[in-house]
Amino acid sequence: MENKPSVRLQTIQVSFFYGEKKVLHNISLDIYQNSVTAIIGPSGCGKSTFIRLLNRMNDLIPGSRLQGTIMLDGQDIYQPQVNVVELRRKVGMVFQKPNPFPKSIFENVAYGPVVKGTRDRLLLQNIVEQSLRKSALWEEVKDRLYENALTLSGGQQQRLCIARCLAVEPEVILFDEPCASLDPIATQRIEELITELKKEYTIVIVTHNMQQAARVSDYTAFFWLGELVEFGRTEKIFTVPENKRTEEYLAGKFG
Amino acid sequence: MRPEISQKIGFSLFKLSLFITLFFLGTILWFIAIRGYRVISWEFLTTGPREAMTEGGVAPAIIGTFYLVLGSLIISGPLGVGCAIYLCEYNPPGPIANIIKASINNLAGVPSVVFGLFGLGVFVKFFKFGVSLLSGSLTLGILSLPLVISSCQEALLAVPHSWREASLALGASRLETIKRVVLPAAFPGILTGFILSVGRVAGETAPIMFTAATFYMRGYPNSIFSEVMALPYHLYALMTEGIYPEKQVPIAYGCALVLLIVVLSISTVAIILRHRYRIAHGE
Repeated sequence: MENKPSVRLQTIQVSFFYGEKKVLHNISLDIYQNSVTAIIGPSGCGKSTFIRLLNRMNDLIPGSRLQGTIMLDGQDIYQPQVNVVELRRKVGMVFQKPNPFPKSIFENVAYGPVVKGTRDRLLLQNIVEQSLRKSALWEEVKDRLYENALTLSGGQQQRLCIARCLAVEPEVILFDEPCASLDPIATQRIEELITELKKEYTIVIVTHNMQQAARVSDYTAFFWLGELVEFGRTEKIFTVPENKRTEEYLAGKFG
Repeated sequence: MRPEISQKIGFSLFKLSLFITLFFLGTILWFIAIRGYRVISWEFLTTGPREAMTEGGVAPAIIGTFYLVLGSLIISGPLGVGCAIYLCEYNPPGPIANIIKASINNLAGVPSVVFGLFGLGVFVKFFKFGVSLLSGSLTLGILSLPLVISSCQEALLAVPHSWREASLALGASRLETIKRVVLPAAFPGILTGFILSVGRVAGETAPIMFTAATFYMRGYPNSIFSEVMALPYHLYALMTEGIYPEKQVPIAYGCALVLLIVVLSISTVAIILRHRYRIAHGE
């Protein structure tokens, strides 16, 4: 048995409600340092809701309510004294649909640092270049940094969103179905990127694409109807799942 | 009936409604232009009325209308944008939000002469601003608030939610998000709201009748406590007061034409600004 890496994020008995409707049931899950954890399951099983709890993106939904505890490095992130802005700088997020701002490529990547108060032009240029290099977009856009980001292709836009997220220097990155609107080639590039990024970051990725989970992740959590059915090392889940539901889902019997 | 035929009839009906509307618009413009252009001259645009409104021009009224429009925008612009931001970005949906929204809609339904009376009672008398540019601007500002608020709300709601989420996820506060992402994206729409309100305010007569306007003044308003002349009110005066209708009526048409041109040119400038802004932001 190999050494277990340290736990970065931990959810303990987490339930989530939209009004009276319970959409997540007692989810307890550990997310390990420098690994990719995939969350899979059929549409409407609560995977997006779950991942959005990890950086408190669901805070603004009226009538929603959380039960249980979510810990980042042993600290409960839902305590009233926690600064949400600080939390989101540590736990970044890339969304399902590429959502660059209608600003230049440079301004998009520099957004996080500028909001944080960085004004030094040279420093910003440096951050922008490093972030774009990490997201494998630099070579494609280095001569057009001041063009509007919306002129990029869908796949480039998504890599720009990843660069924008990296510029804030997060420790954990949440990917919410990052390839859902991309073609296979763009998808492959994002997957390669995720594998590369895991050396430095802790990654959680929601995907409805089982092959994608198998390719990129170290751990897989299977959600069904708001419950965590099975969680374990990806190769184990995909070869010898313990639960019958998991097996049937992976075999394509429902979904 | 065969689908192609009903299709054709449908399209023809829609086209007909469009043509009827354009016909009325064209007729109004033509009617005013034909009767108004004869009296328009350099003198008409640059001097005040003389000889009991039977000679001279409408310059003080042009200036007055311009000031009133500007003054009302200074009141309704920031207030309207502020209200819209609160309603769209901060106020959680629920019964209170619905009451506020209904109140704003009801405010929009209040007849403008009632605003005039309100202005007289509150600004002119109670605050002792007198019949003045200030009282008139405040009254017109409040009158145009619902329009400004609702068009700003539309502009804010049109900003994709995903941009707000992106900004929040990057560690921006809600205020930073509004400042850096939402407002810049909504700006063209907000400007459209201002344009609509300019059109409305410039033509209003009843609200300024008791609060700001005067039949006649020598020279131009020199402070916010001055009375002002205004094009719509001057038009009204030309048609209802005085004893030389045969000389006043042509001047009234000239006045109407000038009013139309003033409103259209303010709108044109705003549309050009909006267009430039959109191009500068790569839309």
